[in-house]
Amino acid sequence: MSVLFWLPLAVVLSSMVPGLAIFLLREDQVVARTALNLLGALTKLALIAAMVFGVYRGQIYETRFPLMPGFDLVLHASALPMLFVVLSAVLWLITTIYAIGYLERSPGRSRFFGFFSVCVSATTGIALSGNLFTFVLFYELLTLATYPLVVHRGTREALRAGKIYLAYTLTGGTALMVAVVWMHTVVGPFDFTEGGALAAHYEDHHQALIILFWVMVASLGVKAALVPLHGWLPVAMVAPAPVSALLHAVAVVKAGAYGIVRLVYDVYGITFVRELGLGTGLAIWASITILYASLRALSQDKLKRMLAYSTVSQVAYIILGVGLGGPLASVGGIVHLVHQGVMKITLFFCAGNLAETLGVHRISQTRGVARRMPWTMAAFTIGALGMIGVPPLAGFISKWTLGTGAMASGSPWALAVLAASSALNAAYFLPVVFRAYFQEPLRPWPREGDAGRLETHLSLLVPPVITALLVIAMGLWASSTASPLSWVELIVTRIYPDPESGIGGL
Amino acid sequence: MIPSQIYVIAGAGLVSVGVFAWVVRRHLVRRMMGVNILSTGVFMMLIGGARRVEGGPDGVPQAMVLTGIVVAVSATALGLALIQRIYDQRGERSVEERGPM
Amino acid sequence: MRGLPLISASIWVPLLGALFVSLWPRRYAARCGIGASIASAAAALLLVVAVALSGPRRERLGGWGAPAGIELWIDGFSALMIAMTAVVGGVVSVYALAYFRAKDSSGDPQRQEVEGRREAYFWRIWLLVWAAINGVFASADLFNLYVTLEVVGLGAVSLVALAGGRALPAAMRYLFVTLSGSLLYLLGVVLIYSEVGTLALFQAGESLIAGTLAQAALVVMVVGLALKTALFPLHFWLPPAHADAPAAVSALLSALVIKVTFYILVRLWVVVFPASVSQPVGEALMLLGLIAVIWGSWRALRQQRLKMLVAYSTVAQVGYLFLVFGLGPRADGSAGWQAGAYFAISHACAKGAMFLAAGAIARAVGHDQIEEMRGVGARLALPFFAFGLGGISLMGLPPSGGYVSKWLFITSAAATGDVIVVIAVALGGLLAAAYVFRVLALAFERAPREGAPSLRPIPATLGWSALVLGAVAVALGLAAGAPLALLEVGLPFGQSLAEGVTP
Repeated sequence: MSVLFWLPLAVVLSSMVPGLAIFLLREDQVVARTALNLLGALTKLALIAAMVFGVYRGQIYETRFPLMPGFDLVLHASALPMLFVVLSAVLWLITTIYAIGYLERSPGRSRFFGFFSVCVSATTGIALSGNLFTFVLFYELLTLATYPLVVHRGTREALRAGKIYLAYTLTGGTALMVAVVWMHTVVGPFDFTEGGALAAHYEDHHQALIILFWVMVASLGVKAALVPLHGWLPVAMVAPAPVSALLHAVAVVKAGAYGIVRLVYDVYGITFVRELGLGTGLAIWASITILYASLRALSQDKLKRMLAYSTVSQVAYIILGVGLGGPLASVGGIVHLVHQGVMKITLFFCAGNLAETLGVHRISQTRGVARRMPWTMAAFTIGALGMIGVPPLAGFISKWTLGTGAMASGSPWALAVLAASSALNAAYFLPVVFRAYFQEPLRPWPREGDAGRLETHLSLLVPPVITALLVIAMGLWASSTASPLSWVELIVTRIYPDPESGIGGL
Repeated sequence: MIPSQIYVIAGAGLVSVGVFAWVVRRHLVRRMMGVNILSTGVFMMLIGGARRVEGGPDGVPQAMVLTGIVVAVSATALGLALIQRIYDQRGERSVEERGPM
Repeated sequence: MRGLPLISASIWVPLLGALFVSLWPRRYAARCGIGASIASAAAALLLVVAVALSGPRRERLGGWGAPAGIELWIDGFSALMIAMTAVVGGVVSVYALAYFRAKDSSGDPQRQEVEGRREAYFWRIWLLVWAAINGVFASADLFNLYVTLEVVGLGAVSLVALAGGRALPAAMRYLFVTLSGSLLYLLGVVLIYSEVGTLALFQAGESLIAGTLAQAALVVMVVGLALKTALFPLHFWLPPAHADAPAAVSALLSALVIKVTFYILVRLWVVVFPASVSQPVGEALMLLGLIAVIWGSWRALRQQRLKMLVAYSTVAQVGYLFLVFGLGPRADGSAGWQAGAYFAISHACAKGAMFLAAGAIARAVGHDQIEEMRGVGARLALPFFAFGLGGISLMGLPPSGGYVSKWLFITSAAATGDVIVVIAVALGGLLAAAYVFRVLALAFERAPREGAPSLRPIPATLGWSALVLGAVAVALGLAAGAPLALLEVGLPFGQSLAEGVTP
């Protein structure tokens, strides 16, 4: 029971404890609340930084204690979990700063930030969970903690969105739990293992395991918003902008995608998935989602709804990479987990800025907005170009890797999907950029926020600029050892232990 | 037919009368009486059916019946007090055959 | 600790407390009552700790053994139930202290007299009921079970009647139900005694052979006890009785009193009746339980009154309890039984929290019509939060006691391939989510610009004690190891849980 034993739990609790303390604060204790928020976020980052170095050197951190006979709560920090943990912790800090500015003077802030922190704890727990039991536990906690955020505004529309959100996610969660329990009765308790935990069991349970796989993918696919299970995501757009940013970039959608990643790599194992022939189905499902959601995004006029459909399609890239199999495609899929998160959060920050400062909610209202808000629109453009896959931005790196991976794993049809989706991305993002820069505003902005000398509040402006810079940096320095790409390559070498499938093709 | 069997059969009869009154009657006092008859029936069956010791009564059922009677008396008292309260607060209709129960 | 009469102390302490409260002048009732409650909870927890540390205990009252004397027997299962009673009872006592006090402020002397009398009676009867509940859990013979059960029932009826008004007919109906239920149970005892000539649970179990008589005894006992536990379709009496009682009493009834009859049924199943007799009846009970889960949840969804909604949710949750009679004997190891016992304690905490919270909300709003509560949430965050914590357990979402027991339920159902049970358990959880979130949405709904309901101030104790129970329900999901280990003490279900989990 050393310090190292408790480290993963401390990472989870570093946001849980301040969150619970925030609930007790009065509405007007702004300083105390901000201090608690930032203290939690920075403590978490510091703890994670310590863990990243350890994991890089091959150290494994694990907290484990029994919850039920046969089932342990396991928090396990290896390479793949650390990727997701770092992503969530960094983006969380930025989103917290953004939310503090965004929610200034609105009611119910203690409640909001309380649940916000519980939410990051749940996400960290999902990231670090070392077995399915722990995963389900935090996965459902995430549902509970995000509901208050979705309905935060308290309007009829928000409550309706909350109801739809719950109907989807709770049904998915219940199905997941049933499938997990069933799997445990078939093969007994097991932990996530790099290379697959079920490898030793597959002689006599083929059929049951195939059915369970699809049930679990479908229930995780609710949160990952795989078509046709994506219905909650565009509706949940009524939530405040920081919440949408969070739902889309880090927490909910990613929890589903990350769950599928772990299911394939750490539960079934890539060889077993290939043997059962499950990967192709997954890749086809992801491709349908990519194309369908891109088409839907094309016809949206509300900016946030368009971004929502764009999320549906972009998250499916991750699943596509996982489904295609082969080390290169895996790298592309997993690295997109990070890249998409950073790009999408930039876009949502910018959309929030437009709505909060100028009252602009629709794409048709964005004519000439770049002159009024140059920094915001610059960040938006970087995010949008990244999504399209323009080099040298982050999105290009993941799409390129995915594409070469598709060729390497013998599925050239996936290239066509990628190309079509990139064209569609351009078709729905570029008009916004064009309108903002090259057209004149027809009428005055619906609302003119008072922001002093800057185009909007500093705490609203800094977060998108930082994340936009990250998008550029992750693209330009993709080959440096500190980049997400290098880290993902490290992960994939551990998932694919056999040397001849090395990933020297980059 | 030995005497103890008569007790059992009579007890069973009382049980059915009690259940009938409890299920069919609506007047609260009648239902209360039904429950009382039901318990008397059970006690008689207990005394009659439980005679196992040859040459002398078995003490245990007797003790049980005594305790049971005490319970039944206090339950009846509680029930009557409740009926009285309902009558005071809600008037005659609520305890009658056509009451809202 | 071996020699100390801890079992009888857990019964005597609340009993003496009831006596003290009755003898002291009425204005000291609350102070005396809360003191006795704390003492009772302490005595009970001492007993539980002793059982957890040094195994099952037996006590012969006054040195007399069976058949004439009374034997008390505690193993892990009964210890867990006693712990549940102590925790829920202790918290509800604190709640009641503020609940019955808060009404006094009207100034009308006649009303104050009524309220004062109500408060005094609550403490007297509740402590008596507490003693009787512990008595049931400690009894080792069939007749003693009958006596203590009857005391619990009569006490519960009187507690319901405390509310007056529309609670009186509900109490009357409850009285008939509880009387006939226990008489049917007694009839079963008579039949068993005439067959085996003993009343002691374990001896009766050893010598009872499968046959018509055992069958008949089982059926009458099951009908009587299922009636008192409010299993569908015998649940008709429960919603009005639980909803119209004072909130503290509703919590006690839903959390503890229905668990008493459930406990007796489980004991009969495991100890007394041979498997060949109880198997078909168990399957039937499980089927009724499944229907109850769906039907009760559906009815809860349709209710207009908050406390009625919570009461119907109890009808649904009782359904889960009865699943164990099908699953328990069937599964390997004791996963089914453990699931039922764990479900009982987590439901006790969760439902206690929800009734206490509903009482606090209704007290503040002045009524409990759900539709007219829009926009009160922001000012009643504490009780709504407590309601939500209880709701998590009810929905079976992690982390909560309800989640652990649901996990065990599905484990034992999946092990035997019973898909219908798995689906019903999952569906029941979703329906529970539907009605819980119907209430919780109120907490987030923005107040309408005009016509927002005005709120009366309520003591903070009401919200906090509900929150404590809700937190216990959640904690049961994070620390399931200790309670489940306690359930293994003396192996009340014959087998260990671990035998079923690892294939």
